[in-house]
Amino acid sequence: MEMHELETAAREIRRSIVATIARAKGGHMGASLSEVDILTALFFGFMRCDPAAPEDPERDRFILSKGHGSEGLYCSLAHRGYFPQAMLDDYLGHDSPLTIHPTRHTPGVEMNTGALGHGFSNAVGVALSAKKSGRRFRTFVLTGDGELQEGTNWEAAMAAAHFKLGNLVVIVDNNRLQLADTVENTMRIEPLGRKFEAFGFEVRGVDGHSIGELLGVLGGLDYEGERPHAIIAHTVKGRGVSFMEGVPEWHHRIPTGEEAARALEELSK
Amino acid sequence: MEKKEMRAVYAETLIDLARENPDIVVLDADLMKANGTAAFAKAFPDRAVDCGVAEANMVGVASGLSAAGKIPFASTFACFASRRAYDQFFLSANYARLNVKLVGTDPGVTAKYNGGTHMPFEDLALMRVIPGLTIVEPSDPTSLAGFVRLAAAHRGCVYMRMPRTAANVLYGAAETFAFGKAKVLREGGDAAIVALGSVMVNEALAAAEALAAEGTHAAVIDALSLKPLDLDTLLRYARSTGRVVTCENAQIAGGLGGAVAEAILEAGVAAKFARIGIRDEFGEVGTVEYLIERYGITAAHIAAAVRSLT
Ligand SMILES: Cc1ncc(C[n+]2csc(CCOP(=O)(O)OP(=O)(O)O)c2C)c(N)n1
Ligand SMILES: [Mg+2]
Repeated sequence: MEMHELETAAREIRRSIVATIARAKGGHMGASLSEVDILTALFFGFMRCDPAAPEDPERDRFILSKGHGSEGLYCSLAHRGYFPQAMLDDYLGHDSPLTIHPTRHTPGVEMNTGALGHGFSNAVGVALSAKKSGRRFRTFVLTGDGELQEGTNWEAAMAAAHFKLGNLVVIVDNNRLQLADTVENTMRIEPLGRKFEAFGFEVRGVDGHSIGELLGVLGGLDYEGERPHAIIAHTVKGRGVSFMEGVPEWHHRIPTGEEAARALEELSK
Repeated sequence: MEKKEMRAVYAETLIDLARENPDIVVLDADLMKANGTAAFAKAFPDRAVDCGVAEANMVGVASGLSAAGKIPFASTFACFASRRAYDQFFLSANYARLNVKLVGTDPGVTAKYNGGTHMPFEDLALMRVIPGLTIVEPSDPTSLAGFVRLAAAHRGCVYMRMPRTAANVLYGAAETFAFGKAKVLREGGDAAIVALGSVMVNEALAAAEALAAEGTHAAVIDALSLKPLDLDTLLRYARSTGRVVTCENAQIAGGLGGAVAEAILEAGVAAKFARIGIRDEFGEVGTVEYLIERYGITAAHIAAAVRSLT
């Protein structure tokens, strides 16, 4: 895909997120908008994956550890063709597999997440399995920055380095906000890059809203080596909608009809 | 019926207690806004500790605070309070005979649209097997305030389950509560419906009303204290009515249903018995109304269970 096509895809995904959350009157707007460019780079520009063969044993794996950003994942998967976009209309419906936190009932979803602090460990297991069975697929896991306060992440980081998982990439959606306040005010996680380095990771920082930069970094990693990778993606919570960007309330706020219309309008430019 | 927001009552009660007792401290794990404890943090910034998204650490820290003489009230969603922080609560708090009050919010179906990851049906069973732990599920705002006060005065660990949103006021302000004491909310000689927590107590009251219209008079017992259980009251009603139905917004295995069944059998009471609760299933997304129907724990299900015991 050309860069402008990737950017168009990201914009379409953002529009779907806004529409899906507004329709269902449930979801996590800020978290989902924050991660879109990362998901677009992975699913549309980088990962070896085929929506027609979501169970292919050789596929690259993606795990959304910050499972509350499910709408971002669902909309990306739908736009990529894993399931019909019409399924998004029934998001949070009683018989829909699209629950507020993702589960393996949905094609393209690798793990059940949403309780924070699970996905990174899961990714270590998946990557370890690839290594043990001589498969060349790569495993990508996206965590929140607030999520990194859960201690299991650091147990996972230790294990990833110990098992020499060069085939594992942890991407941090580093939007500096968590549920109700900044990460800095709530529980400081800095210096993040140095922490990962100390655990044995190769660390890169990137503009998490530049698909080009993301692809450049992803394309330059040594997946056959022994050091696991951490990409600290600098992002803005609520990215793409001016009145949501960086506003803590949009973690969980549901837009009114008028707000949704304004957001969609902004995202159509 | 008058309603009050449970989390507001929780925070107000803690603020009152903190004025009286300098050792009260409040912890949360990035859910101060959600759990209402933000109001406490505003009133007593130096006595509120946000541990971030790190529930196990929070309960470990609470244990340390307790060891150094504080009376910590730690809250988070009940799924995390129980499953995520269980080992810390079990060992650092309970085994060490410390004084940690753990409050799990959004119990069972009250987790609503947060769905399976966040819908704790298992916390009661997990907590019941911790030796010496006191477990309560207040059924309304008045009993919540009462049990928070009792928890603060009690020397030992307490686990309390609490929905965050508004609940019907079932008790007058003068009502007094005690650990190990149930309350008979409605008298009746034909059956005893024993319910735990605001969702199930309200359903039980509605079931008793429907049964009364058919001429079956069921007593409604608000269990309140799962551990210790009010054996005197429960066995008395089991004997006198001969029909017992337990109701819980939790797995029937190991929770209230399990506890009452054990008590009745061990006491040799010959009562017919049925359990209303979650039957070995995971949580789902939905409104409380949808979910109680989905899991078969509505007033209609309770009434049907009473009728089935002939
Ligand atoms: C174990 C656990 N604790 C608490 C929560 C409640 N919760 C949902 S999202 C969130 C904040 C997450 O912040 P961050 O990881 O920075 O993600 P962002 O939304 O900023 O992308 C919290 C505390 C949870 N889902 N899981
Ligand atoms: Mg964040």
